[in-house]
Amino acid sequence: MSTPLTAPVGTAAITPGARPVTGFWRRALRHRSFVLGAVLSLFVLGAALLSLVWTPWSAYDIDVASKLHAPSAAHWLGTDVLGRDIVSLLLVGARSTIMVGVIAVGIGLSFGVGLGLIAAARKGWTEELIMRMSDFTFAFPAVLSAIMLAAVAGPGMVTSITAIGIFQIPTFVRVTRGSANAIWAREFVLAARAAGKGAFRITIEHVLPNILSILIVQATIQFALAILAEAALSYLGLGTQPPQPSWGRMLNDAQTLLFQSPMLAVYPGAAIAIAVLGLNLLGDGLRDLLDPRLARER
Amino acid sequence: MGDAPLIEVKDLGVRLNTSRGPAQAVRGVSFALRRGETLGLVGESGCGKSVTALALMGLLPDSAEVSGSIRLDGAELVGLPDAAYCKLRGNRISMIFQEPMTALNPMHTIGHQVAEPLLRHTGVSATQARQEAIALLDRVGLPDAAKRVDAYPHQFSGGQRQRITIAMALACQPDVLIADEPTTALDVTIQGQILDLIAGLVAERGMSMILISHDLGVIAENVERMMVMYGGTVVESGETNAVFTRMGHPYTQGLFRARPRLGARKGTRLKTIAGTVPELADLPAGCTFADRCTIAEARCRAALPAVVDVGAAHGVRCIRTDVSMAAGGVGA
Repeated sequence: MSTPLTAPVGTAAITPGARPVTGFWRRALRHRSFVLGAVLSLFVLGAALLSLVWTPWSAYDIDVASKLHAPSAAHWLGTDVLGRDIVSLLLVGARSTIMVGVIAVGIGLSFGVGLGLIAAARKGWTEELIMRMSDFTFAFPAVLSAIMLAAVAGPGMVTSITAIGIFQIPTFVRVTRGSANAIWAREFVLAARAAGKGAFRITIEHVLPNILSILIVQATIQFALAILAEAALSYLGLGTQPPQPSWGRMLNDAQTLLFQSPMLAVYPGAAIAIAVLGLNLLGDGLRDLLDPRLARER
Repeated sequence: MGDAPLIEVKDLGVRLNTSRGPAQAVRGVSFALRRGETLGLVGESGCGKSVTALALMGLLPDSAEVSGSIRLDGAELVGLPDAAYCKLRGNRISMIFQEPMTALNPMHTIGHQVAEPLLRHTGVSATQARQEAIALLDRVGLPDAAKRVDAYPHQFSGGQRQRITIAMALACQPDVLIADEPTTALDVTIQGQILDLIAGLVAERGMSMILISHDLGVIAENVERMMVMYGGTVVESGETNAVFTRMGHPYTQGLFRARPRLGARKGTRLKTIAGTVPELADLPAGCTFADRCTIAEARCRAALPAVVDVGAAHGVRCIRTDVSMAAGGVGA
């Protein structure tokens, strides 16, 4: 099933006269789920970039006269209830999806991993404090924190990104601290201490590289969850505000017309599924590729 | 330096806080090593060998309480802040670990790991450190060191990995090398090679070595002086030859009788020492070996026996040396 996807990329790699491909890329191109995941993710990224320079129609122009058109040469996937072009909406919506995913996961990753590493390195009451605080944060679902934030700062993209990001921190804290503790118990950490390294150096040079694969997989899962959370928040009217299109808002708009034109819900749903699937496959592939133990002897 | 000891340990005690309450893992360990001298620590699992080594390295868990004194070149190490200890570890005191399979970080190349202590403790550049790492790997007998310096630990065999950890430990030319069961996890055929390598390097660089093992053969062949540990105390210490020929403590004698021998008649069973090692959290008041000793009497259980000097710096922590040594040691 992967032949049509890998074939063109694979042939490019062995073009005569091309620079010899390094071990990482050669293995990467042979890794099916990495290639498939990369293609899907690049597809979504490409859509977002394309929307910056070109969309078939404006995603903001309302043309009620031509509402709910079926797919045609002019509107490839038809139009929505306000007569906006679906393709254009999907392209522009990819932008907010990627932004929410990257920034929210970025917040969760940087704070969560940092705190998790500190907890594992310091132990004692520092660890207790960090873990209890993360338990406390965990008790509030993303939607609830978004509602609270929206009450203070007003609804909008920044609010939803912040809420999703904060919601992601405790997950990363737990995953990081758990796997870091396992690494701290390994003999090579004792050997590193015997070589005179302090807790900070050991964390950076020994603990982090060894838990990186776990974190990457977790990050792709969290990225997918962030996209879904953004869709949910937009659906509730707490996320991206009209007229700014987002895949979640498109789903929201489609629900009242579910029996009239069900395809309006299918398009953004499929877009979310493609983005989530692509990232999960990419994460799985990266995990395998970054582990030197799985690299074949050259 | 002269005749002043390089490392001097006086009345070292370690109390570990375990889930079953405090355990006195090490009691009253004292020794001094001059530059170039070698010392063996022998005893069965849980006798305090490794805890003593970790105490010297300052690597005990924070909850452990260390008493007594450890002096390196006259400078006190007990109670030294961790930042200062970090400057000594890997630089002046190094350690080789038991498990070469797990003592290397799987995510870094071996060249990186050998060069690391050099970059950390000496002011060399990355290129110099790499060259030095290749030279070290070559010296420890890793074939094709220049080519394999960028390989990962999983691409080497157990013996090769132990050679790599030795190269790591020796990178900064330490004064003291602690080898904690360096050959226990290796094949018997490789054991000899690794021990010869360590002995060669110790002689070549004038290091002091503390070799920890439960293997009497390894101790007999590789160190000048030895200490037999039991239940956290040193029960016998002296020149290796003297200890092996005169054996004053019933435990040393039992340990010696328990070793397998070549040429023994078929069907001969290995002798064992009856009973089990006492729990460190629940040590008897008197001699720690009393419960397993065949010549123990009431006063053995009253208080921890003092070390008896039986001549030529050979000390035995037993009050019944008159009986144990009268029979002529081993054969009895």
